[in-house]
Amino acid sequence: MSQIQQARKFNAWGKGIEPEYGPQAPAPTAERGSAVGIRIEGLDKSFGSVPVLRQLDLEVPAGQFLAIVGKSGCGKSTLLRLLTGLDEPTGGRITFTGPGGEAVTPNARIVFQEPRLLPWERVAGNVAVGLGPGQGGRPAKEKSLAALREVQLDEKAGDWPAQLSGGQRQRVALARALVSRPDFLALDEPLGALDALTRITMQGLVERVWREQGFTALFVTHDVGEAVALADRVIVLDEGHIVLDILVEHERPRLRGAEDLARIERQLLDAIFRR
Amino acid sequence: MTLVAELPKPAALPGGPNLRQAGRWISSRLAGALPLLLPVAIVVAWQTASSLGLIGNRLMPAPLDVLRAFWDKTISGELGVNIAVSAQRALSGLFVGGSIGFLLGIANGVSSLSHRLTDTTLQMIRTIPNLALIPLVILWFGIGEEAKLFLTSLGVFFPIYLNTLHGVRTVDPQLIEMGRVYGMNGWTLFRKVIFPGALPSIFVGLRFSLGIMWLTLIVAETMAASSGIGHMANSAREFMMTDVVVLALVIYALLGKLADATARFLERRTLQWHPAFQTPAKG
Repeated sequence: MSQIQQARKFNAWGKGIEPEYGPQAPAPTAERGSAVGIRIEGLDKSFGSVPVLRQLDLEVPAGQFLAIVGKSGCGKSTLLRLLTGLDEPTGGRITFTGPGGEAVTPNARIVFQEPRLLPWERVAGNVAVGLGPGQGGRPAKEKSLAALREVQLDEKAGDWPAQLSGGQRQRVALARALVSRPDFLALDEPLGALDALTRITMQGLVERVWREQGFTALFVTHDVGEAVALADRVIVLDEGHIVLDILVEHERPRLRGAEDLARIERQLLDAIFRR
Repeated sequence: MTLVAELPKPAALPGGPNLRQAGRWISSRLAGALPLLLPVAIVVAWQTASSLGLIGNRLMPAPLDVLRAFWDKTISGELGVNIAVSAQRALSGLFVGGSIGFLLGIANGVSSLSHRLTDTTLQMIRTIPNLALIPLVILWFGIGEEAKLFLTSLGVFFPIYLNTLHGVRTVDPQLIEMGRVYGMNGWTLFRKVIFPGALPSIFVGLRFSLGIMWLTLIVAETMAASSGIGHMANSAREFMMTDVVVLALVIYALLGKLADATARFLERRTLQWHPAFQTPAKG
């Protein structure tokens, strides 16, 4: 844990240390939100007679950035859907825990692989959806604008989603997930549909908002390099089991292609392909 | 470098930029008037043929005769009254049939119980041409307003019902899931996700039903009515007043066009978000 906190003193993605906390850049205004821990005990999920997750045990400390990788059909998206309440487990238990270890109800949000924006709402309206029903008026508008500012899209607030590029739409989806200050954010291959360069920018953005807001992050991806670049900890799922669970304790920002990161990547790929 | 210098200068157009600008203005105006070209040409040819005696006036009146009939009927007030009566019938039929179709379409799209309960029956009724009901309707209601209301409502009902149902059923399930994840349910989910998602399809239904609305009303008014455009045309036929008969047709065409244009306008206003209705001005 101390490693993780250590790592968080650094900021930004790619070049230099702390360029965005520097004197010329505005300091992050948002105070860091809360985070929940996750305890998974003996989790089972099957669709009909097909088991997808078997007797899964996992403990995620509050504020951790956890990445889950694995082949298609390994159960990683299913685990995400169970954690966010989209599906019900067949057996076992999921508990979210507060600072004292007591069970709490999380304020969980999801970013899907597709942006899933409402085409008939303008960008700001789509972000306001993230505040939940019954929220409206000026405060909602201001919160939405603030969230858009965090993903650097505030000047597009009045546009229709159809007028945005794929990467911009996904940034709106991220703003929608962040606007309610979640303590648990699940990302289901959120960058899978983007081109390679947009992905790198988006990875930096995801890392930055996670550091600023401090939520617990669950990042499902099929891109091992992405997992290693972003996460504190990477888990490999195979046929519903955890076959590898490693901590990535490198300082941030991490340089893509660094030798020791590449070694972890290889280790993960070996586990995925059972080499 | 020299290549550029040796190119001949483009010959200046006579009159300079002003004339060219004017030319462009005229051509843009012409492009706007293009849809009117064919109707105007037909009327001119028709009038010419009538004046030359190529078309017998007893069977097909000249456009100027139709215009005169229009003037006479307007002065006598007959035309205004008949248009008002027909329009009122059309709109009340649209309202009654459209509302029922819309509500049933929503209900059957949202609830599978309601769908299983009513859809088969409705699909069976749909296969009966609604004009085939005229003899029965006259027996039931006589030639009163109820008969016309019943027939137009029935005609309008099906396109709106089918397209509303289709629209609700084809709302992107991923958006509905997203809505649920973000805490929407019941009325909020309907208002924010399902209804706007179904709206383009509902408009298709509305425009279909406008066509059927006029068709049903014309037939109903021609067969059994004591007022309205259809009645005006039918009684003119008895006195061989072909100009009035043609006038009625022209009025129907104009009313139909007006109804369609109104629907298009509403479509454009409410579906601004849709890429198909967006003006590319904004970047």
